[in-house]
Amino acid sequence: MIAFNKYYNQFNILSVSLVVVSLFFLIFKGLNFGIDFKGGTLIELRSNDNKINVSSLRDNLSQMNLGDVSVKKFGNDTDFLIKFENNENKNVIEEIKKNLDKSFGNNFNFRRVENVGPKVSAELLRSGVIAISVALALMLIYIWIRFEWQFSLGAILALFHDVIVTLGLFSLLGLEINLSIIAAVLTIVGYSMNDTVVIFDRVRENLRKYADIKIFELTNISINETLSRTLITSITTLLALLSIFFFGGEILKGFSLAMIFGVIFGTYSSIYIANTVLVRLNVSQKTILKDNEKD
Amino acid sequence: MLYFSKLRIIFISLISLIFIFFASSNLLKFSNEILNKKINLGLDLQGGSYLLLEIDNSPVIEQKLQNLSITIRNYFKEKNIRIRNIKLSDQQLSFSVDDEFKQIILDEFSDEESEINPYYQRFKSHQLEIEEDNNVLTVNFSRQGIIEIKTSSQDQALEIVRRRVDEIGTNEPNILKRGNDRILVELPGLDDPMRIKALLGKTANLTFRFVTNNDEDSFGAEKLMYEDNSEEAMVSKRIILSGDNLLDAQPRMDSENNETVVSFTLDRVGAKRFGKATSTGIGKQLAIVLDGKIISAPVIRDVIASGSGQISGGFTFQSATDLALLLRSGALPAPLSIIEERTVGPDLGQDSINAGIIALIIGFALVILFIFVKYKIFGLITNVALIINLFLLVGVLTIFEATLTLPGIAGIILTVGMAVDANVLIFERIKEELKNEKNNLIAFDSGYTKSRTAILDANITTLLAAIILFFMGSGPIKGFSLTLGVGIFTTLFSVYFIARLLTVLYVSKNKEKGGLI
Repeated sequence: MIAFNKYYNQFNILSVSLVVVSLFFLIFKGLNFGIDFKGGTLIELRSNDNKINVSSLRDNLSQMNLGDVSVKKFGNDTDFLIKFENNENKNVIEEIKKNLDKSFGNNFNFRRVENVGPKVSAELLRSGVIAISVALALMLIYIWIRFEWQFSLGAILALFHDVIVTLGLFSLLGLEINLSIIAAVLTIVGYSMNDTVVIFDRVRENLRKYADIKIFELTNISINETLSRTLITSITTLLALLSIFFFGGEILKGFSLAMIFGVIFGTYSSIYIANTVLVRLNVSQKTILKDNEKD
Repeated sequence: MLYFSKLRIIFISLISLIFIFFASSNLLKFSNEILNKKINLGLDLQGGSYLLLEIDNSPVIEQKLQNLSITIRNYFKEKNIRIRNIKLSDQQLSFSVDDEFKQIILDEFSDEESEINPYYQRFKSHQLEIEEDNNVLTVNFSRQGIIEIKTSSQDQALEIVRRRVDEIGTNEPNILKRGNDRILVELPGLDDPMRIKALLGKTANLTFRFVTNNDEDSFGAEKLMYEDNSEEAMVSKRIILSGDNLLDAQPRMDSENNETVVSFTLDRVGAKRFGKATSTGIGKQLAIVLDGKIISAPVIRDVIASGSGQISGGFTFQSATDLALLLRSGALPAPLSIIEERTVGPDLGQDSINAGIIALIIGFALVILFIFVKYKIFGLITNVALIINLFLLVGVLTIFEATLTLPGIAGIILTVGMAVDANVLIFERIKEELKNEKNNLIAFDSGYTKSRTAILDANITTLLAAIILFFMGSGPIKGFSLTLGVGIFTTLFSVYFIARLLTVLYVSKNKEKGGLI
């Protein structure tokens, strides 16, 4: 049996600092919103000419008065991602095509063009925030129905931890937040909850079984009993996600990366946040029996 | 938990076979319509264009208020009430009347039988709202009135957009209403939406009006630019003909001066009016105005009574074709703007499909290998269930002809990773039970029973997340939540029916064997 409970305090301090640092980054550095949420134009280009590089493209486009243009390599050397704000929501794709053809010859394939107006991006951002809030609220209601309030609190704190730290990491690394990241965050919420609930289920079962074991010890027993399941499921999920990350193409990179972070944080938090809340609230057999008597 | 009746086994096998059949039918061709079902590929996989258009209704509202001002004036004139200082500004109409009449007007507007202000019984609301402030009455559309205007212009715009898209002839376009002032256009297989965007962006309001040189025109005149922004001209506000009078328009080569023109045919009313205008206006310039810009302003040399004519204006064949198309399909009730566009080229779509399939195969192989190494014979059972699960998932998507997107493929891969969770929970529980219970059957049975709540909880939480995503998300993200959500049900089926059936068969043959798992 691994003595997870020996490090409850240390890891609680770590978690709190991770959340604080993440919030610090979220507030002061902010998130790198993609065009889905900020509005603007995105073009994915493939060139046939390998002499064309990021800086020559950037020089060319910066003469076009597009405002702040970002040009990045996208996957391999001949693919580029161009982004600009396009405040007036003009239709500049045609002009860019002409301009690039003039300077570099007809060497480009416009693989993807996305243009999101300011109104739509504001709506997408709002519905993304609503979706995550509704998800958190629903999880709260679900767990509140299924368990006692001490458990709900533990699960929700673990959820907030996972979402905040994942977003904090995205802020720190400057990774782009787009629609698929919202999907990833929601899936993380589901996954983290799932992981926590499995351990809680066992904690409650053990609470009924052993009246005289203190919660400090009892959580540790429960974590250990479910540990191999926790690890195996995390591993298979991570295998699937790593496979998406490495082989699923550039478009899914951000999504799978967010999910990978989320699964790792989710596994960690179900052990070191959800359970420690039970310990700190001094949950005992009485907690669950009292509730049963009420029913 | 460990008993399966013959009937149940047949039922499970049948369901599995049906779904496996439909899953594989994506690769086969059937002449039968019921059997020939295929998963739709989303625009991000097959390539195509997604355009979200927004209707700007403010000119419509302005126009309606303009008409209303005349109606109000005439209506109350008949009742010997003089409406004064009638003004239109900021999308509202204001006027003043003598004090004695104020109440009559207010009553007229709030009467449910009012002729001037229709009452919607269903919404318990009038079309217009009237307010009084310092002897000035202001009228504007009520919330319900605005909604009515929006819905009606959306209906008209949808029809015109459909006609224009159909004229271009892309395959299976999808044109849908969104809210009450938006239209969604999905054009599969179209990798360059430039032309269609240009066509949808034009209101195509065509008018024929005389060019006037004096300001004495009783209808008023306005200064308009030529299309190429080179010159401007004073054009009368009196409309002789509008696009509504056109029966047909076609691009044509004018053999006389070797120029591309758009020839048009007018309806009976239009032909009559055109004949009259050309007979009285010989020597005058007739401006052909499209969306507030003059295309050309030829001098009338002869009476045109045939009801057909042609527009020249330095067209290329392409621009003449487009103008003819716009004129044939009719004018939009209000200007449209493209507020969201997502276009994926066909080769990126194919690349995404390939990458998605490779990721699926590798992810699947890794998970299967890991589970087999971990659980040996029970790993094999889990893997068989997992493979059938994949077929079930694809089969369900096929039967409902759902749309598969790139995030949708990611959802399938993720389902593969998470689907083993239920079996892992069961097997780990059985292992624990076996520590205290020597009877294999009893241990397996209680393993299944005791793990059930945890499995249910775990899947419900994921399902909740998927449902929220499905209702809040758009396009590709919906595809992800769909595969994730459907995957939960197929997973539970494969775990509780297929894997359990195989487990039961194996365990009942090896009742006495120790260290089974």
